[in-house]
Amino acid sequence: MSVKKATRQAFGEALVRLGEERQDIVVLDADLAKSTKSELFGKKFPERFFEMGIQEANMLGTAAGLALCGKVPFACSFACFITGRYDQIRISVAYSEANVRIVGTHAGIAVGDDGYSQQGLEDIALMRALPTMAVIQPADDVETEAVVRYLADHEGPAYLRLTRQNVDRIHSEDYVFRFGRIETLRDGKDAVIFATGAQVAESLRAAEALAAEGISVRVVNVATLKPLDVEGVVEAARACGGKVITAEDHSVIGGLGSAVAECLAEHFPSRMLRIGVPDVFGESGSPADLYRKYGLDAEGIAKKVREFLR
Amino acid sequence: MHPVSPGTPRADEATVRRLEEIARRLRVDIVEMLAKAGSGHPGGSLSAIDMVVALYFQVLRHDPQNPGRPDRDRFVLSKGHGVPAVYACMAEAGYVSREELSTLRRLGSRLQGHPVSSFVLAPGVEACTGSLGQGLSVAQGMAIASKLDGEPFRVYCLLGDGEMQEGQVWEALMSAPKYRLDNLVAILDYNKAQIDGFVKDVMDIEPLREKLESFNWHVVTIDGHDIGAFLRAMEEAQATKGRPTFVIANTVKGKGVSFMEGVVDWHGVAPNAEQAARAIEELKRS
Repeated sequence: MSVKKATRQAFGEALVRLGEERQDIVVLDADLAKSTKSELFGKKFPERFFEMGIQEANMLGTAAGLALCGKVPFACSFACFITGRYDQIRISVAYSEANVRIVGTHAGIAVGDDGYSQQGLEDIALMRALPTMAVIQPADDVETEAVVRYLADHEGPAYLRLTRQNVDRIHSEDYVFRFGRIETLRDGKDAVIFATGAQVAESLRAAEALAAEGISVRVVNVATLKPLDVEGVVEAARACGGKVITAEDHSVIGGLGSAVAECLAEHFPSRMLRIGVPDVFGESGSPADLYRKYGLDAEGIAKKVREFLR
Repeated sequence: MHPVSPGTPRADEATVRRLEEIARRLRVDIVEMLAKAGSGHPGGSLSAIDMVVALYFQVLRHDPQNPGRPDRDRFVLSKGHGVPAVYACMAEAGYVSREELSTLRRLGSRLQGHPVSSFVLAPGVEACTGSLGQGLSVAQGMAIASKLDGEPFRVYCLLGDGEMQEGQVWEALMSAPKYRLDNLVAILDYNKAQIDGFVKDVMDIEPLREKLESFNWHVVTIDGHDIGAFLRAMEEAQATKGRPTFVIANTVKGKGVSFMEGVVDWHGVAPNAEQAARAIEELKRS
């Protein structure tokens, strides 16, 4: 685990490579191009980059119009701001069957110092509720590159959730992204942690610590949050004795924890623990301090799993 | 393209008479459709129909025999509740059958209460609308796409006056001139009334021309029921380079049916059988 990169950075770099190969890729941003890293594309392909100013609603509608005329638009902003324009995503994008790639960076409480107003904590819940919307959150830079490539040809609207902070690389360079499928990163039998985004690397570290204590925990990366890999989730829960933990930097309401709970309640009722941001507003602080406070780092996850299995 | 529309805004007398005759017949279709559905928006459909007919059968380049062709002109109906005017034109042009009009708003019908873009790529149902204020942004995206591809088509967007109160409309009004979208035409069906009352009382949008000019649009004001004037405005828009054109079309809510004209309550209430019969008799006499 030596390479560390923010998935927004990997996104910006992948977009440039994709733009070189594909003339139909267009990118829009709402005055956050420096932060979302879409400016890398903008500098290389200014004629296909649209700086929309602080007009997220207008940007989403414009992206929909571009998509309806055959372009493949990536519309970028912070997760909270772009999914906050829900009505535009609902009608102009999703209902219109416009193949817009909605990109929300600065996901979760790890945004840190800026505080709650900039922290996307409900975006997965919002996007998951929309028919036809795919929801994807890569775990590291390698997976981000693979997902961006996948999205160039995905049929239908999609939401891509990315981190502000650096995350550990956990995939090898030859990794192949499989849309709609979970990925088992570590085997185990006492319990399974379904994790997404930054919590994947944290969960792997937690599992390592728990292994030293004789607790065998499976770690599963859920990059595609919608459509959820129902078969894969049920199989993993069954293999781990119906002891299921979810870990995500998102509200415990409506995110990965809810998606897994909905799935297992119907197909394989399990004992569950949802690790995430509880039903509270976020707050300012360093990402490390916030992860410590909410138990979203490896130590916090290990502690909660230990208590859960006691 | 298909002879249903010459695809040019030429405003000679014979053309205007032909379009007026179509509009007169389609007004009857609108009233019948809404009466059968038992709900819907007659006021704003009747105020818009003259302009929608002129777009459909004269201005727009489109081909009902080949709906998806990529070089067709695009028409976004931002005031989605006026969709009966579009459905009537779609039937007249052959995108749907006349019989299908009677399925409006019924379970299983392709003719939803507000436009959906999924069933046929016809002008007016190019994008889903109905949540007001969104259409001009979508039309802007289409106009940008056309520019990127060497301008194979032009884009038209019909807005309602009530939705001019939405912030997103003003975002699009600010951005379209930035991108010098002279292939984009916004048309305002200014019938002066919305659900809760007259626009000037609910939330006045005036002084409108001054606002639009200060946003750097080319602005034309017309009588939206004067088809000749409408075609000349479209001609003027085509000749205007470097910036988009906004047509303020003054219209009458419920135009053509005496007891609906200018009456706020006919925004979103369908006529009953007796009212529809009276309206149709009036329209056929006119």
